[in-house]
Amino acid sequence: MAAQSTPHPEVNYSTRVDEISGRARTLNSVRAVIVILIALIMLIPVAWMTLTAFKSRPDAVAVPPKVLFEPTLEGFLSLLTDRRQLTAEQIAEYSQRTDLNWADQIALSRGQVITGASNYPQRLANSLIIAGISTIFSVALGLLSAYSFSRFNIPGAGDLLFFILSTRMLPPVVVTIPVFLMYRAIGIYDTHLGMIILYTVFNLSFSVWLLKGFLDEIPREYEEAAMVDGYTRLQAFIKIVLPQSLTGIAATTVFCLIFAWNEYAFALMLTADRARTAPPSIPSVLGTGGIEWAAIAAGSLGFLIPVVIVTFALRKYLLRGVTFGAIRQ
Amino acid sequence: MLKNQAAPPATSQPKPGRQISDRTLSQLFIWPTLILLIVINIFPLFYSLFLSFTNYSAIANRPPEWIGFANFDRLLNNDDIWGYFALTGRYAVISVGLQTVIGFGLALLLRKKFRGSGVITTLILIPMMLSPVVVGLFWKLMFNPSYGIFNYLVGFTNPATAPDWLANSDLALWAVIIVDVWMWSPFVMLLCLSGLSAIPDYLYEAAAIDRAGAWFQFRRITLPQVAPLLLIAVLFRTIEAFKAFDLVMGLTGGGPGDATQMISVEIYSQAFLGQFRTGRASALAYIVLVIIIAVSNVYIRTLNKVREG
Repeated sequence: MAAQSTPHPEVNYSTRVDEISGRARTLNSVRAVIVILIALIMLIPVAWMTLTAFKSRPDAVAVPPKVLFEPTLEGFLSLLTDRRQLTAEQIAEYSQRTDLNWADQIALSRGQVITGASNYPQRLANSLIIAGISTIFSVALGLLSAYSFSRFNIPGAGDLLFFILSTRMLPPVVVTIPVFLMYRAIGIYDTHLGMIILYTVFNLSFSVWLLKGFLDEIPREYEEAAMVDGYTRLQAFIKIVLPQSLTGIAATTVFCLIFAWNEYAFALMLTADRARTAPPSIPSVLGTGGIEWAAIAAGSLGFLIPVVIVTFALRKYLLRGVTFGAIRQ
Repeated sequence: MLKNQAAPPATSQPKPGRQISDRTLSQLFIWPTLILLIVINIFPLFYSLFLSFTNYSAIANRPPEWIGFANFDRLLNNDDIWGYFALTGRYAVISVGLQTVIGFGLALLLRKKFRGSGVITTLILIPMMLSPVVVGLFWKLMFNPSYGIFNYLVGFTNPATAPDWLANSDLALWAVIIVDVWMWSPFVMLLCLSGLSAIPDYLYEAAAIDRAGAWFQFRRITLPQVAPLLLIAVLFRTIEAFKAFDLVMGLTGGGPGDATQMISVEIYSQAFLGQFRTGRASALAYIVLVIIIAVSNVYIRTLNKVREG
């Protein structure tokens, strides 16, 4: 708070005496320290994942666990390339060559030669397309429905809302079987379109419920005033309600994106190769001859980064929530 | 449907149509969602209901054969199944309970801004951005009794005496709970933060003027105001906990033995392992669905009561 950092805090109407007292300030600092400690503890696994992504194979399973080690890109290499094991003579022969790039050299240090790119980059691209488009659809459609449920008198609204929610309750393992048969019949099995539709629908229930919660908080008087001023309902929705619900939209977007980006069961059972996303691909790196922990960590890390970027970009909207406080006053 | 088809003429009339009626607008807003849900969810719903009364197997090359209630009869008279339900229920209650307490607590700690609080909040959200199956796999490494880091962090520095979380049938459930709480407390926190930020300051100012104590403010202002979003968070987490699958598969695969055989894992085993009993798996899924609907109904009634009162 700005008021705390200046010697003579500017007094405005909302400065409360009980909040600038010494005791309140101490409490505030204690609170901040506790939060930071908890955050650090919660981040240990993520930090460990980041470290593991840069470990060599023996370092990843060292006893006791190694915090300090020589970083290597082996894990990323295992993830992004297909490799072939070399015989002793071939290793000797390859070692003589001078045209090897850094990736080849890392592979060679493990007695392997790179035979080509793995299919992981393609699957990452699939994930981007499917998660991105389905998120846009589920937030847009969800916003429209949520607005209707929030503002208009819809007969049987309670039942409809419950129906919308109930679509998310059936365990995915069983929805998959009929969806698979249906998709195969109309020819969208293992396509981007099929996965986009599926993820859109699965996020819709969440999106409608969450956005309705946010829209309910925005007073109707705002739109009613605008409509008295000559706006149509649609204009009032676009010019008044939309800007006020940005917080809710941002929060919903993040949730829908995270779900679609990380979904595993449907992707595993409804895609084969063309439209397969990254989550079912990461465990399959488990591969031959023991678990490649570094590769798994590398995949998880690379997969996490886009979501973190989006969340950080939308952070302002996620956390501010100022709009709500402002309207109510 | 009929109303929806009647909509376009109303909008194309030039004079009165410039102002789309509220009713038409609400139809236009709602129907795309409903149609999608009906096509992608209602069809599978009824088809699995049909399958649950048959002996259909996805790998057998014969059409489903009607066997009445035999699947339900078999399942409901099976003690193992009841055991899996009890396990899933225990997991859901403990896990969601801890998430609610931790998530709400974190939200209370974070509601007042301090320098860097925005970054801290976003960092706390990272666990829930991970893919559950990846989280499961990765915690398997962390829980490993010899080269995992978890035992070192909680104080067991000697690999010989440290507990093997995933191989011990008493600890395995707790291992899943620990990971689930780690992953999803931030979700509860985020929704609570949204709820908290919507509480107008003047309520607290009025309470402060009246010299109301902190506990009174919490009980009479904070809790009722944040309750709707808190309940939504709990509702979604409970449904997800009943469906727990990805995380369990990545972490324990239902083991050791059947110590973490959640009901979804059991459905998966019935449907996709061994004899591929698609029909019986559908029946089990329907039993789960009925339970989830019953639990959700209780929640939603509470939610409405909280909203009104």
